[in-house]
Amino acid sequence: MAERSFAREVQDLKLTAGQEFRGEGILAVTKALLQSGVGYVAGYQGAPISHLMDVLADAQDILAELGVHYEASASEAAAASTLATSVMYPIRGAVTWKSTAGTNVASDALSNLASGGVTGGALIVIGEDYGEGSSIMQERTHAYAMKSQIWLLDPRPNLPSIVRAVEDAFELSEASNTPVMLEMRIRACHVHGSFIAKDNVPPPFTLKQALESPRRDTSRIVLPPASFMHEQEKVTKRLPAARAFIKARGMNETFPGDVDDLGIILQGGMYNGVMRALALFGLADVWGGTRIPLHVLNVTYPLLDEDLAAFCRGKRAVLMVEEGQPDFLEQALNTILRRAGVGTAIAGKDVLPMGGEYTALVLVDGIRKFLEKHAPTLLRTALIPPDPAPVLASESARSLAKVVPPRPPSFCTGCPERPIFSALTLVQKELGEHHVAADIGCHLFSINAPFNIGATTMGYGLGPSSASALQVKADKRPIAIMGDGGFWHNGLSTGISNAVFNKHDGVILVVDNYYSAATGGQDIPSSRAANGSRSTNHPIENAVRGVGAQWVKRIDHTYSVGKMRDILREALTTKEPGPKIVIASSECMLNRQRRERPQFAAAVKRGERRVKPRFGVDEDICTGDHACIRLSGCPSLSVKPSGDPLKEDPVAAIDNSCVGCGNCGEVADAAVLCPSFYRADVVHNPTGWERWVAGLRGKIIGALQRRRDARRLVLA
Amino acid sequence: MDAALTTSDKPIGVAIMAMGGQGGGVLADWIVALAEAQGFHAQSTSVPGVAQRTGATIYYVELIRPVPGRRPVLSMMPVPGDVDVVIAAEMMEAGRAIQRGLVSPDRTTLIASTHRALAVLEKAKPGDGRADSASVQAAAERLARRFLSADMQALAERNGSVISASLFGALAASDTLPFDRAAFEDTVRAAGVGVDASLRAFAAGFDAVRTPSNRPPPDAVIPAEPLPAASGGTEAARAEVSRALRRIAEEFPPQAQDMLGHGIRRLIDYQDVAYAHEYLDRVAILRGFDSIGHDHALTAEAAKQVAVAMSYDDLIRVADLKTRASRFARVRGEAQARPDQLVGMTEFFHPRLEEVCATLPAWLGLAIETSPALSRLLRPLFANGRRMRTDRLSGFLPLYAVAGMRRWRRHLLRHRREQAHLDAWLTLVATHARKDYRLAVELLKCRRLIKGYSDTHARGQSKYDRVVGALWRLDGRADAADWIRRLRDAALADEDGNMLDGALATIATLEPMGEH
Repeated sequence: MAERSFAREVQDLKLTAGQEFRGEGILAVTKALLQSGVGYVAGYQGAPISHLMDVLADAQDILAELGVHYEASASEAAAASTLATSVMYPIRGAVTWKSTAGTNVASDALSNLASGGVTGGALIVIGEDYGEGSSIMQERTHAYAMKSQIWLLDPRPNLPSIVRAVEDAFELSEASNTPVMLEMRIRACHVHGSFIAKDNVPPPFTLKQALESPRRDTSRIVLPPASFMHEQEKVTKRLPAARAFIKARGMNETFPGDVDDLGIILQGGMYNGVMRALALFGLADVWGGTRIPLHVLNVTYPLLDEDLAAFCRGKRAVLMVEEGQPDFLEQALNTILRRAGVGTAIAGKDVLPMGGEYTALVLVDGIRKFLEKHAPTLLRTALIPPDPAPVLASESARSLAKVVPPRPPSFCTGCPERPIFSALTLVQKELGEHHVAADIGCHLFSINAPFNIGATTMGYGLGPSSASALQVKADKRPIAIMGDGGFWHNGLSTGISNAVFNKHDGVILVVDNYYSAATGGQDIPSSRAANGSRSTNHPIENAVRGVGAQWVKRIDHTYSVGKMRDILREALTTKEPGPKIVIASSECMLNRQRRERPQFAAAVKRGERRVKPRFGVDEDICTGDHACIRLSGCPSLSVKPSGDPLKEDPVAAIDNSCVGCGNCGEVADAAVLCPSFYRADVVHNPTGWERWVAGLRGKIIGALQRRRDARRLVLA
Repeated sequence: MDAALTTSDKPIGVAIMAMGGQGGGVLADWIVALAEAQGFHAQSTSVPGVAQRTGATIYYVELIRPVPGRRPVLSMMPVPGDVDVVIAAEMMEAGRAIQRGLVSPDRTTLIASTHRALAVLEKAKPGDGRADSASVQAAAERLARRFLSADMQALAERNGSVISASLFGALAASDTLPFDRAAFEDTVRAAGVGVDASLRAFAAGFDAVRTPSNRPPPDAVIPAEPLPAASGGTEAARAEVSRALRRIAEEFPPQAQDMLGHGIRRLIDYQDVAYAHEYLDRVAILRGFDSIGHDHALTAEAAKQVAVAMSYDDLIRVADLKTRASRFARVRGEAQARPDQLVGMTEFFHPRLEEVCATLPAWLGLAIETSPALSRLLRPLFANGRRMRTDRLSGFLPLYAVAGMRRWRRHLLRHRREQAHLDAWLTLVATHARKDYRLAVELLKCRRLIKGYSDTHARGQSKYDRVVGALWRLDGRADAADWIRRLRDAALADEDGNMLDGALATIATLEPMGEH
């Protein structure tokens, strides 16, 4: 079960023709898939397209009704391979993942798919994780589209345009026998808007039909001589077919304007930003009117040479707005205009930055430079856009640089991974600093304060293999970390199996929190909860032993910091050969709370006995050293003014968001910190016997306390 | 299209700065639902991603009155210098909004919750690493067109709701959106989750920015009350307290009297009234080196630091504080337990052999410490932590008994050590007081480095030793006091003392004095 439930949104997938759909961009894509008669959907979760996977998982009965197969793939490579069904059969398929990270993983299958070509429409919904909010390397999917010849759609970021792009994509794919990528930027995935729905369409050719009447065609298989033929086909057949379709369908859009000796050519995804920037110069309005003509590339690969030449012909200068590097589009445009003999000046990366997100300010600045150079008179009569620079240059704004602390993402309150890194910190205090290879997942937050653990990250599930060269006799062993998500994604083979086979001597720490937690708590093979539509409860330990690992230790309660520390110490010091594999298991607290909170409340309401733990700090015992925080970083453990004039430093304090995970007490104990922590167990609906015993204890304790209080000399 | 532009309509832009898990998304959804219910066109965007895990996140909403047959083109992100409303769900996030250029004097209404959720870097410092809310407050007042603020978190909690509700109320009160209060409240009702509590928090947020109260500064230290007479104990003891109060009034300058009052209160609570007089004796010695010219800084500082040093944290003190009736009541309150609920209390103790020896009579403690055989024998007994249930007799009685050892404290090994350290420290201060007054005050302040238990205490002690150990290099320098202050700040900046080592290395390169 994912962290977020889409039970309500799923109902929107049933909307029929003429009804209005309101919601997130990525959910609009889901609805558009069903309207397009998709036959199967697969993918791998990850921001910004996690919600697409989650909503499909919650919509299984609707999908089943339509006869659509949905699969939560083991990896992006698995998802991409799923599209093989569209190679021979006229079935539309869609897959999705976070890019470029996921596209990297999927690229082997994508290359093969694109070589042989497809019969049924094959769509890859790309969550382009670029710019603010991104968690991965900053690269463009564009390069993949070009090198494998996969068409790339980059629609304007509004729901009607996005939905139309999905529908067109399938037809384009079928018309040109080529898979199509739909690039969705982060904000477009999360944009709230609306569109008018159409009826869902059951796939006209079913998977059942495919299975029962199989087809094959050797010429579609990537092996010589077919592979050489595929390349020729790409150039001579599929590319012209695609261009003809894009032109006929009018997928790219031109918006006229009265300043027609200038023009702007832009990626569809840049449209709203460019329009807002123009509006700030008084050169566009909020209803889509523009004074400078725009040519919007809702398809950024392939380009239509004649259309671009026609747009530019007769203009003094055009501005190419292309986010990211290198400047593929600008280079292509130069070639196109040169070949067409069009002399229009092309601006682009000369006035806009080569790398980085094109935010509103960047676009305003770029357009100003473009106008300065090519239309200074127009710039003089234009409005002056608001400029935050004077405010930012003011003393009071600049003084904040020293005040406002950075706030990177971190472990949630009660996270079971926190005690693992507390333990690792304690072990390193004993045995010295080690080389720690980190991985992708929530556990990567260890690289930040307070733990500051982890040297590299090479990709999802690649933590262990990224330490594999550190294999010489030395006084210290390398430590590699990998999450359960990464483990099932590929880490079992690239990490564990690779280490066993190569007789690696290092420590591999598998963080098992029962979910693919960082992406939103999706189930994976080792998830513990019952899942009606998936087979779960496959222990990581069995898998690890199955590929030959001998030294395997499992800890089923990561909050036992002392035990965790002892196991890690043993793994780092044992004489046993081969990889030392530690599996640290405890459920992701976000998901656990989401599951248990309503159950707890219901049980208490029914009058059942329930115990709720939470931690606290005795502030008069706390000395304000904050060693506990340096071993925890829990959001609920903070500091507050001591209120005691004799205590200069703020004291530790735990707020009401504490979920009573136990880490504070364990750390205080294992690290021999201080006795100021306590756990308060609030017993809801205590039994009669319990009450009686507590009453008796209370009487004795109360009498002793009164006795001492009476004798105590107090200066109030 | 020739007459290119048809309108000068402008959307209203609202940026929400929040932390992951705070409900910024809920607030954005409410604004969208409100606008749509009122016939407006609304678009929201966000970049949650990995920042959802407690990091800083931003949501952006634009709304515009629709024109039939046309679709607005709205911005996917806030444009610096062009934002109408910024809502910051935490004080430093308000600062971050300013740093991003989202707040402009001619345009922006900034609504902020004044509460602090401290970033890890702030709270992990061994000293006080908290960022200064006042400078954000000042910047906000100067740079926003309007700045509306209140502790929205507290208002929400007090009403059993979440901060998005109180902020939504503040937004309604700000009159920045063209919708009335009832429309806002209908939106909360339509959301259908915890409606009553949300509406209460909404109203609290609304009122808080409509009728701003005089907020107390966030870090208000409780001012010292006038000292009344003592209660409890024997009559003789109470008389001794009165004598101590008289001594403070007669023997010490006014600048130190408040702190001395706090000092004797702490030490009477810690040990007994005789101990409070010992304290006054010690401070009185330093008072002899003091002068009016320095505003009696030496005595005032000594009043504080000597009291802290004399009330060192030992097992007896901890057991005493943990077993008090007032503490039991406080725990119940913090756990928000209702009268019909029971509260179990588990304490996490990990006294090592060192702490146990220190709590023995000096001769016995030393005998164990100096005998490797005895240490080896006893150490395993204290290798593991102990969890004690103080709500049960099995846990309460032992701690109650340890707390009762207070009357023998003066004979215990720890006390002897603390006294020796105290003597050495105050002698050092006195030695320097005559020739370099400021240096003496700084040396007093260095006692702040020693705090905590076990390893933490040992580490603090070592930092103190290293700072004070640098004195010989500084002797006679005019800026010796500044150097000691710098060293102390460096020592408090990180746990392992790396900054301190750096500062000490710098000192080692200073020109020795007296060669010129």
